[in-house]
Amino acid sequence: MRQAPFEAMHAREWQEFDSFLENGKNAPFDPAEMPERYRRICHALALAQDRQYSPALVDRLNRLALRGHHVLYQNRRRQSGRVLEFMVAGFPRLVRAEWRLVVAAGLLFFGPLALLIAVLQVHPEFVHYLLAPEQIAQFHAMYDPANRRLGMREADGSLQMFGFYIWNNVRIGFQTFAGGLAFGVGSVWFLGANGVIIGAVAGYLTQVGYSETFWSFVAGHSSPELLAIVVSGAAGLRMGLALISPGGLTRKSALMAAAKPAVRLMYGAAIMFMFAAFVEAFWSPITEFAFEVKVAVGLAGWALALAYFLLAGRARAAH
Amino acid sequence: MLDTTRRVATPEGIELTLRLAGPVPRALAWGIDLAIRLAVLFAVSMLASLLGRAGMGVILLTAFFVEWLLPAWFEASWNGQTPGKRAMGIAVLNDDGTPLRWPGALTRNLLRAVDFLPVLYGVGLVAMLANRDFKRLGDLAAGTVVVYLSEKSTAERRILETAPIVPPVALTLEEQRALLELAERADSLTQERFEELAELPRPLVGDLDGPRAAARLLGMANHIAGRQ
Repeated sequence: MRQAPFEAMHAREWQEFDSFLENGKNAPFDPAEMPERYRRICHALALAQDRQYSPALVDRLNRLALRGHHVLYQNRRRQSGRVLEFMVAGFPRLVRAEWRLVVAAGLLFFGPLALLIAVLQVHPEFVHYLLAPEQIAQFHAMYDPANRRLGMREADGSLQMFGFYIWNNVRIGFQTFAGGLAFGVGSVWFLGANGVIIGAVAGYLTQVGYSETFWSFVAGHSSPELLAIVVSGAAGLRMGLALISPGGLTRKSALMAAAKPAVRLMYGAAIMFMFAAFVEAFWSPITEFAFEVKVAVGLAGWALALAYFLLAGRARAAH
Repeated sequence: MLDTTRRVATPEGIELTLRLAGPVPRALAWGIDLAIRLAVLFAVSMLASLLGRAGMGVILLTAFFVEWLLPAWFEASWNGQTPGKRAMGIAVLNDDGTPLRWPGALTRNLLRAVDFLPVLYGVGLVAMLANRDFKRLGDLAAGTVVVYLSEKSTAERRILETAPIVPPVALTLEEQRALLELAERADSLTQERFEELAELPRPLVGDLDGPRAAARLLGMANHIAGRQ
């Protein structure tokens, strides 16, 4: 068949399909007919390509088919229920599935952190290799036992600090994750660097005798925040490892395959960061509770977090 | 013929053609988005200044959301387009031509942290120039491409109608197609250029001079297009 009669024969149908894509609701035909009509467009496109009809016609049909393809394959499922399910079961299960990387990231982060706390108890002057004098002065001001609010300057408000923690901490998490694209080097660097800084601050403040204020401040949000950094690092390492050792795939396909679980880890990490920021802004600075209470809450947080990652979602995984 | 198109096969057994968008329209789209982000931040900080110190928290929260989540939200729920991309007529799709969803949108937007390095998407630009699909690293990991959305209705290119002429020799499909394309573009070429081109296919037009060769080719194009 020549092009002109072909066009004439289908003109009406293509017109209707086009106005269906334009209007959506008051379309010229029942939406239930859409898949069948889409298949006919595909058929026409295949014929037009095969018969070498003019590029303009092929383009037009390609456009119709592409838009139809989008409408047909759009996903309109509600996601909210799945977010809850992910946090209750999917996320801890994923962390357990990637336990090797999580442990590696944990060592890279908690290793320097613990080491520095220990070293600074013996050699406190070592802190000057790691922190500038202004920073040290600032930490002195934040954790002075005379403060009514901890971890912030006296005049700062909780909402202000909440905004700051979200903006700053979640960004650090995202950087730690994204750094994995550099063959994992970025993730390793951010994990280690953050471990060093946090360890230096903790070790130094403990050594100078601010331990009560400091630990009472950090206890509450330490479990979600530090674990979120570790999970972000593990997600980054997941991508880095895929690039270093792609196995039987090309590096590109290995990266694409690794990015899926990695990003799912980041969903969980981001939610943990936000929860941590909330605790850090509204609970941690409070001095109305005794040191023992705040440390007990912090320890309970760690116990809860470990139970969550070790146990949550197991029943569902069984069947 | 152009190497900036990608063909993807669909389950219906056809191939769709995607036209890839290069660094320039994407940079412009990013510029527009940046301007919008800054405008939003500016507006929020004007209002937030009324709140005093708590306002600073509101500003930082806004900065976080417009920087990290808003682009992903737009791309996941607005046909793969941010406002800047819509203005430039480009959109993000999955590699297989299907609409982008949350996982892909978040992957490519979180990984901007790497593409942005060292300044102004240096890594992203190098990555885009180093692969055939103009993908920055975020696109590589997420399995997404940025494509031109077909403009709604291109002014239909019509072949000037003349009496059909049967070509003196049998033409292959590719030759027929070339002839049709030339005839469709006749309007957008200058008359002189069109005539110059029309003189080239000697087997079809013999030794005819420009205007007559052009008319003859148009006639043959009409024959091929099926006008009787």
